[in-house]
Amino acid sequence: MKWLNFPAWLPENVSTFGQGVDNLFILIYWITAIVFLAVMAVLVVFIIKYRFQEGRNAEYIEGSTTLEIVWTAATTVIVFGLAMLSLPQWNKIKFPSQFPGNPGAVVQVNGKQFNWDMTYPGPDGEWGTDDDLQLENQLHVPVNEVVHIRLTADDVIHSFFVPQLRLKQDALPGRFINMWFEATKPGTYEIPCAELCGFGHSGMLGYLTVHTEEDYAAWISERWGE
Amino acid sequence: MNDHAHDSHDHHHEESFVRKYIFSLDHKMIGKQFLIFGLIMFMVGGGLALLFRWQLAWPDRPVPIIGVSQTYLEEGEVATAADRKWEERFDDDKETWLETNMPSGVIDPAFYNSLFTMHATIMVFFVVVPLLVGAFGNFLIPLMIGTRDMAFPVLNMLSFWSNMLGAVIMMAGFFVPGGHAGAGWTGYAPLSSVVDLSGVNWGQNLWCISLIVMGISSLMGSINYITTIINMRAPGMTWFRLPLAIWALFIVAILLLLAFPVVASALALILFDRMAGTSFFLATGGGDPLLWQHLFWFFAHPEVYILILPGMGMASEMLPVFARKPIFGYKSMVFAMIAIAFLSWIVWGHHMFQSGMNPALGLSFMTTTMLIAVPSAIKTFNWLGTLHRASIRFTVPMLHSLAFVSMFVIGGLSGIFMANAPVDIYIHDTYFIVAHIHYVVFGGSVFAIFGGIFYWFPKMYGRHMNATLGKVHFWISFLAFNGVFFPMHILGVGGHMRRIANPMQYEFLQQMQPISAQPINVFITICAFILGAAQFLLLINVFWSIFRGKVAEQNPWQANTLEWHAPTPVPHGNFGAIPQVHHGPYEYSVPGADKDWTPQTEPNGESPHGEPVPAGATAD
Repeated sequence: MKWLNFPAWLPENVSTFGQGVDNLFILIYWITAIVFLAVMAVLVVFIIKYRFQEGRNAEYIEGSTTLEIVWTAATTVIVFGLAMLSLPQWNKIKFPSQFPGNPGAVVQVNGKQFNWDMTYPGPDGEWGTDDDLQLENQLHVPVNEVVHIRLTADDVIHSFFVPQLRLKQDALPGRFINMWFEATKPGTYEIPCAELCGFGHSGMLGYLTVHTEEDYAAWISERWGE
Repeated sequence: MNDHAHDSHDHHHEESFVRKYIFSLDHKMIGKQFLIFGLIMFMVGGGLALLFRWQLAWPDRPVPIIGVSQTYLEEGEVATAADRKWEERFDDDKETWLETNMPSGVIDPAFYNSLFTMHATIMVFFVVVPLLVGAFGNFLIPLMIGTRDMAFPVLNMLSFWSNMLGAVIMMAGFFVPGGHAGAGWTGYAPLSSVVDLSGVNWGQNLWCISLIVMGISSLMGSINYITTIINMRAPGMTWFRLPLAIWALFIVAILLLLAFPVVASALALILFDRMAGTSFFLATGGGDPLLWQHLFWFFAHPEVYILILPGMGMASEMLPVFARKPIFGYKSMVFAMIAIAFLSWIVWGHHMFQSGMNPALGLSFMTTTMLIAVPSAIKTFNWLGTLHRASIRFTVPMLHSLAFVSMFVIGGLSGIFMANAPVDIYIHDTYFIVAHIHYVVFGGSVFAIFGGIFYWFPKMYGRHMNATLGKVHFWISFLAFNGVFFPMHILGVGGHMRRIANPMQYEFLQQMQPISAQPINVFITICAFILGAAQFLLLINVFWSIFRGKVAEQNPWQANTLEWHAPTPVPHGNFGAIPQVHHGPYEYSVPGADKDWTPQTEPNGESPHGEPVPAGATAD
């Protein structure tokens, strides 16, 4: 029955905020699992115990105000608590004002049918200058450093999704949406598009390469020199 | 209609075939038309699902029977009749429909998009709404509130036939150049609003037009339902003596009435963008793609409650009858449904957490969404309470009702994951949401529909459906349903995106731990084929029983509500004399009564709901 343990199916987490998302997932998993098992246990017991039997009649019970108040209050407290508990995590990931500063890399990611264009501003830190570097489907970032992404799209809505980072954000034509992450493990990860974007949606795929500090420095100097 | 309503049922007013079976004004016939229509579309929508399930399990392999054989693919040798047929198709100059959409029998990615788009569109708009609201709404409302027909019989007929027109337009979309709409049932702009971005031309236009026509049909139905329920209840049928199914349909009619105009306007804007060169949803022209999502979900969230509330109402009818007990907490059930309907207007943003909407809205939408768990929990616990100290009869409708309750619990609980904005970052647009919607709409609504068909069939056709075949259909459907949709939760947790045509293109899915996504997809597809095949048992049972089923008595389930007071088969005008209602609908096993049910037409002095109503008093 191991497969019923949903959290075990999550891919490895490699971002600083991913564990917070996973913890909420695990918390909800256990709350819902317990509620589900309790409801099913009661249902099965009632079905067996109160099945039709000769000589026994159903009892005339119309309800119970006490019970109604109890389960209304209990559910309200649980869901409100859950919402309040989740808020800091949401703000941390999505609120631009709460993004950590001093990014080790700033990249513009542009979704278009059916590729991700990654644009590095180069040493001058500004887009639209001669030292810009544009790569197709290749995103290179340093490990253990904050990365700022400016996300946009050319044609239709795409969605930037890196499962291992627990990060997903739709890319909208005509808007720049800021997001951030900090990867904690070097490696190559896929960047699928998670929003239907046309006949080539399936297979629209980029790659995120998280470099160690030295590798990243080497990668930078290879492009722009010292 | 009402002119001959007063004829007693033994001298029928002679009607022509066309008046009786086609352009009928009788709410019962219109209900049956919706039923047959919905069941046929259910098979169509299911067939589309099986096609794309094939693609997901065995990506880019030819579909069996239609497609070429493996030998032909590998060695180029004609091995089967299909191979020969394909040879001929490749040889001639013109490109056939099959060649465009399924070259060699392999589902083309654009066609794949049309398949899932149309599966959802058909299931939502042409199966579940017509069955729940059209079939059961039409058949049950006048019978259960004790009146002779709907307030506006002509409008009722037009509602069915505009629904048919919408279906014809929708199906025509498959055969226009460029293929059918493929932007998902959510039709996100600008993919749906710019022809060049999807390559789909008239398919998407027809999709919009059909949904507008379909919406007009719903609008006519809802106006009719609201008017009928407010004005035409039998004497003594006060609001709190209404069966819960009628409460559900009343609330749903209000939701339809208010939600539809929003989506109709949005669909019209899409058509303008596509055909008149406007740019409501195009950033380059000053528009905004998010506008569509706001308008669509403002409609579509109430819409998904339109899909489940009547199911809740119908389960609340069947559970007390077969538990031989009053429904637990009648008034809390009513208020819970009103609460769900109210909340449905202020939660639409939870579909848009990752859309680029201002993240500050996340908190309000997360909180309101989570609050829906409260009325849902109230209803679930009340259904459990109804079973407490009951005397349960495991008839086919009861099995479906119990399945409804347990599947709805899973669907409701999985909703909490997505209501939670941070968790939704990860599982948004994955198979987790696919599992969730199917547990609610298939596990919930469709099992309630199956149960409802069995339960009311004796009143509809005067005959019983076959119970053995019904149980076989139930158990295969129930097990196969869980085999299809439960593993989708797991795929979602593994990060499997929805709407991708080929999961094998993604390394992380193929290396999903502890089991790769592909064997899971194969398992799901096999279960889906079993689930699909099992539905033929239902169709056979329905059509065979219409003509050959065991003849039903007037009140075979010994139920209280007014439809069982009407003679079987129900004549024009439904009742001889309009019944007088004395108490609520769930007076089962009343202490001291001579039998364990007390129809609403029989006075019941001992029950707290049985205050005598003076003869001739009208409702309220």
